[in-house]
Amino acid sequence: MTHLQQLEAESIHIIREVVAEFGNPVMLYSIGKDSAVMLHLARKAFYPAPPPFPLLHVDTTWKFREMIQFRDRMAVECGLDLIVHVNEDGVRRNVSPFTHGSALYTDVMKTEGLKQALDRYKFDAAFGGARRDEEKSRAKERIFSFRSEHHRWDPKNQRPELWNLYNTRIKPGESIRVFPLSNWTELDVWQYIHLEEIPIVPLYYAAFRPVVERDGMLIMVDDDRLELKPGEKVEYKSVRFRTLGCYPLTAAVESTADTLPEIIREMLLTRTSERQGRLIDHDQAGSMEKKKQEGYF
Amino acid sequence: MAHQSDLIEKDILAYLKSQEAKSMLRFITCGSVDDGKSTLIGRLLWDSKMVFEDQLAALEADSKKIGTQGGAIDYALLLDGLQAEREQGITIDVAYRYFSTDKRKFIVADTPGHEQYTRNMVTGASTAQVAVILVDARKGLLTQTRRHSYLVSLVGIKHIVLAINKMDLIDFDQQKFDLIRRDYQQFAAPLGFASIAAIPISALDGDNIIGPSSNTPWYGGPTLMSYLETVRVEDDRREQPFRLPIQWVNRPHLDFRGFCGTVASGVIRPGDEVRVASSGRSSRVARIVTMGGDLPEATSGQAVTLTLTDEIDVSRGEVLTAPIAPPFFTRHFVAHLVWFQDEPLQPGQSYLIKTAAALIPGKVTTVQHVVDVNTLEQKQAETLGLNAIGVARLELDRPAAIDSYQQNRDTGSFIMIDRFTNATVAAGMVIAAAPEIPHHEQVAGALAKPVDEGDTAIRRVNLGNALICGDEGNLVDLTGERGEIAFEVTTAFLDILTKGNRVLFRLHDPGQLPSVALLAYEQGLQFTFTRVGDRINLVLFSSPEVMQSLPAQDVIGL
Repeated sequence: MTHLQQLEAESIHIIREVVAEFGNPVMLYSIGKDSAVMLHLARKAFYPAPPPFPLLHVDTTWKFREMIQFRDRMAVECGLDLIVHVNEDGVRRNVSPFTHGSALYTDVMKTEGLKQALDRYKFDAAFGGARRDEEKSRAKERIFSFRSEHHRWDPKNQRPELWNLYNTRIKPGESIRVFPLSNWTELDVWQYIHLEEIPIVPLYYAAFRPVVERDGMLIMVDDDRLELKPGEKVEYKSVRFRTLGCYPLTAAVESTADTLPEIIREMLLTRTSERQGRLIDHDQAGSMEKKKQEGYF
Repeated sequence: MAHQSDLIEKDILAYLKSQEAKSMLRFITCGSVDDGKSTLIGRLLWDSKMVFEDQLAALEADSKKIGTQGGAIDYALLLDGLQAEREQGITIDVAYRYFSTDKRKFIVADTPGHEQYTRNMVTGASTAQVAVILVDARKGLLTQTRRHSYLVSLVGIKHIVLAINKMDLIDFDQQKFDLIRRDYQQFAAPLGFASIAAIPISALDGDNIIGPSSNTPWYGGPTLMSYLETVRVEDDRREQPFRLPIQWVNRPHLDFRGFCGTVASGVIRPGDEVRVASSGRSSRVARIVTMGGDLPEATSGQAVTLTLTDEIDVSRGEVLTAPIAPPFFTRHFVAHLVWFQDEPLQPGQSYLIKTAAALIPGKVTTVQHVVDVNTLEQKQAETLGLNAIGVARLELDRPAAIDSYQQNRDTGSFIMIDRFTNATVAAGMVIAAAPEIPHHEQVAGALAKPVDEGDTAIRRVNLGNALICGDEGNLVDLTGERGEIAFEVTTAFLDILTKGNRVLFRLHDPGQLPSVALLAYEQGLQFTFTRVGDRINLVLFSSPEVMQSLPAQDVIGL
């Protein structure tokens, strides 16, 4: 078997194990390329049936519009229930990345929103598309990652994970986050999307888009909520996104790569890691580890 | 990045095509504290250009602030991910790293060297094909080197790289290198490795990591990277008898019943005969179903969905197997156990045993011996404490399909789970299984009947499906069944009983009593029954208090 076939088989095994062992699983769908691969693997795992769980999108209300359109289309095409959860409390407080800073904003709209949704629907297992090669603290997380009833991750007290035997036992209120793409790298994901012709959000492809330069990053003006600071001006540039999140927090890169092979070529020749475009990781040293302990994916 | 091929620039499609056939190697690095494991892996990532500019900038800053190399680049910082371990300057948990070259994708399990974290090393080794064992050239073999070597051999790794590190600190002395290599070969001889490659390296300076070092002109072997890129890890699982532990039965509609799982060994094609390990019933493979179309064959490692030509009962926890050389189907076996918990093993206590597909309560009946990992001596012991490795006899509440670990890493391995804390308390590797005592000899004598060897027409009844919960109570109606019945127990069914509810079984005739008696025996349940003409009404329940309040003559199967 090739490396992609091995990765695919491992992921399908993980996804099936969750469905067989948990009463109420859900797939966290973030609309990015990793989610696209995860969803594709779930469809393969249960073909000819649709995957027997819903998709959950924690909507911060600041996602790119094209992401939302893509999300709704994919849920219909795959025959899956889509649950969209917004932290209404955060909306009432007008929490935005501009007024509250990325750290508080992420905590309220993403982490809190996620916990609310998991509690409301009483999901006992939640698939996430995180990869271990993304970030240092992820490299040490198990594929089946235990969460306390308060959704906390305890990195020093993780269950040993041997062979492909996963301990899925939990008490009421506790849950497991499951990462079927743990062993995939960014390159694997792109190669697989190419090989399997998996649809992805058009924002990954280069196109002329309105952007402003802010703190050395190119931010796309996706709607009129982005207020221009003195001296900033909107320019149309050929840009694309290596990673997708909330538009005010996700930097575009100048690029002309408008096909998948071109994207992969650019990725192979590039000199910065993909999370570099994510503003939230730079808040503080070890920031991802801290967020994860508090319940972030 | 590592992909220096000009093809990326010139012809990305040709490059992508060339990458489709890339293989994958999983390896583990192990050694003692300060042997330089993290530095070595950091160096592999670094030299295969997997470090990006932004990570480099962070690394340079961190090296100055908290590095251990006097401000020079400290590669270990690329790996020591968790804040807690940055502060302590040690690696506290198994971490996985990824890099690739044009030939292979690599998954590295980076595991700590401290004694109290043996469980992490066994975890990392369980999926690895090669072990890179680091030795500090100044110190030679340590207790930890021996422990790690024994552990990786126990977990079935056949190929060892003895990476003799810090050669720069002994002036690349060939004699010292040879001495350590010979010491190791002598020590490792009984461990049964297929190959041991000793490589003189300096992780810090990069000697013999990627390219050959000019400091070791006396060394003619491969560099670490070229070894990893080319080592052939024999995978004979394809040649082994077919095994498919069933994970999930896919029933989207009445006309489709697919059996899903990952092929543990062997090859399967449509038309091949397969047998259910538990019941012995057999059928043939109709289709190998995938989203991309049916497959002409499937082999070990593939996650598949099979349909069969006959309607036979197969559920999660069963193993589909080749008709020749089936696995053991037994409750009794002997296994290596690696104990992970502070709380020592309690022989006789019930734990959950998770095998390739099944989750079955069971216990350790006796610990035969523990292994002193430093001398490989066997010692008498009553129990196993944290990080102890021993050989024990186990008894499951119900039989499971298992192989010896030596024969099959997937169907010969298991984990033990504490029923109360849900902690994974041990890893197990089956050494040998006892042939199963025929079911009926285990049941109270009066009910036993001779085993009919030729009787293959045992009906299988899934209790989860057969159970009807109504206002008047819970009913399993078997009056339509003839002859002996094998029951498939589900958690939902057991839950009803453990909550103190009773289940009424209606049996066609007294000949079916042994089947239910066996069910009660295996699940630790009680029952009472009365005759109604030729039929039997039987009540199954779990509470011992209820039992005591019943007339003694009605209670059997205790």
